[in-house]
Amino acid sequence: MKLVTAVIKPHQLDAVKEALQAMGVSGMTVSEVQGYGRQKGHTEVYRGAEYTVEFLPKIRVDVLIDEVDVEKVADAIVAAARTGKIGDGKVWVTPVEEVIRVRTGERGLDAI
Amino acid sequence: MPAEVVLSPGDTAWLLVSSALVLLMTPGLAFFYGGLNRSKSVLNMMMMSFASIGLISILWLFYGFTVAFGTDQPIGDTPGFWGDLGQYLGTKVLADEMAFPPFPATPIPTYVIMAFQMMFAIITVALISGAVSDRTKFAGWLVFAAGWFTLAYLPIAHMVWGGGFIGGKIGALDFAGGSAVHINAGAAALALAIILGRRVGWPRENFKPHNVPLVALGAGLLWFGWFGFNAGSELTADAITAVAFINTQVATAAALLGWIFVEWIKNRKPTMVGASSGAVAGLVAITPACAYIAPYAAVLLGLVAGSVCALAVSVKYRLGFDDSLDVVGIHFVGGWIGCLWIGFFATVQADGGAYVKNEGLVYGGGVDQLWAQFQGAGIVSIWSFVIALVVGYLVKVTIGFRVKREAELEGIDIAEHAESGYDFVPSGGSSSNGGSAFALAGIGGGTTPQAAPEPAPEAKPSQPANV
Repeated sequence: MKLVTAVIKPHQLDAVKEALQAMGVSGMTVSEVQGYGRQKGHTEVYRGAEYTVEFLPKIRVDVLIDEVDVEKVADAIVAAARTGKIGDGKVWVTPVEEVIRVRTGERGLDAI
Repeated sequence: MPAEVVLSPGDTAWLLVSSALVLLMTPGLAFFYGGLNRSKSVLNMMMMSFASIGLISILWLFYGFTVAFGTDQPIGDTPGFWGDLGQYLGTKVLADEMAFPPFPATPIPTYVIMAFQMMFAIITVALISGAVSDRTKFAGWLVFAAGWFTLAYLPIAHMVWGGGFIGGKIGALDFAGGSAVHINAGAAALALAIILGRRVGWPRENFKPHNVPLVALGAGLLWFGWFGFNAGSELTADAITAVAFINTQVATAAALLGWIFVEWIKNRKPTMVGASSGAVAGLVAITPACAYIAPYAAVLLGLVAGSVCALAVSVKYRLGFDDSLDVVGIHFVGGWIGCLWIGFFATVQADGGAYVKNEGLVYGGGVDQLWAQFQGAGIVSIWSFVIALVVGYLVKVTIGFRVKREAELEGIDIAEHAESGYDFVPSGGSSSNGGSAFALAGIGGGTTPQAAPEPAPEAKPSQPANV
């Protein structure tokens, strides 16, 4: 089992969600996050004083999947999230030792 | 008292409406300042304006009006510094004296004049608070407000408008308060910024405005109310009122443009905060001059005031005083520009010679009026600054003028008022510390709900929970 985590532009969430649904991914968790990568932030000016806004709003998507689907899912997220402009975000994959469905107690792939 | 003065219902109605318009400026100012402030201290900022309405209204009734607008008490032959202290003392039963006959030289009941001038005193005190946001003890603010109002605002209003030294002897003109309100408040603001010192982290940390739409709302209300402030200052409704009204509009419009053009060139983008600030700078600058100059001169004044103030607000970073919301850069600087403008552009063509005795430099009147304007503005600047410095220092060494460092960092709204401006938690009920660490770090987030007080035992169980 793998956890695929994507940090994406907020506007791309719908596209990513639809791409994942289309390939049968059964659930996901999204959270509002803030951060920056090579893009850095932007500058705002109020009454002549410059303020650097470093942490930009992003959406984090976490998806638990069967590891055989990793390439497919990661590629789908990348394709859906890409605008080609700086700040499109990142996708990474981490191994997962165990997954348990709270309601039934099912474990492993059955719980995904 | 002139026996045969007839009350004018039209003039009286106009001044009643103007009084209400000028009152509205102070809540407008609260929005303007509140939006420019950070979210954790928005309520304290607004409270300083609202408290001014509460405090100054009462003081004005009891002794403010008679000190400022009682018959001048000359020193020898020279017009003096305050009015007849017993004339309109608010402890009197005033029905006959105050309601009619009217205020000297007007067809308007004295009560209406008193109400109109009350609103000016309120907003002048409230204006100062913009210099001391995020860090001022509320009790200290109230004591300062009462002291500065008594020792600076009242004598200055008397000297400028009540037949005292500046208007009566020097001959400086100030139609609606460029010196008595704006230079006055701006000089006091500079003194308080020095007394209170910089906010923790200023200017290194992020002090950007937390709610720009609130700033725009406040600027709009100020603009609206300012017609009462400027055109209302004619007291009656006549041709000069019309001049003041149109000049107020076009100077403000030009200043808005002037400010955003400067931003466009200097910072590459015109901003909403800039448009709002430019409008306020224009309103300030046209205030003293609105009845004395032609509309084209008002447009020029607006352009100059808007662009100069747009640059003046950056001076505090170079000089190192934390005038948080630029009371000095806008009100002090704008007030000076407007007062001096009279010395250049005053003309009898504007007011038919009702007030303008020496025409300005541009109209061949020489430098006499300009010199008078300079002296008038200079006296107000020094008087107000010194009184604010002394009263502010006394507050500082007695009851204290600044909150503790922890209170400042965690938010003065909680420390001084035990409430928070915003609560976006869906379940409602902010926590006792008023906001999460996320919110304080500028990262949106929820709060931990606390147990609500127990409902009254007789509450019906069928009632929906009170959220």
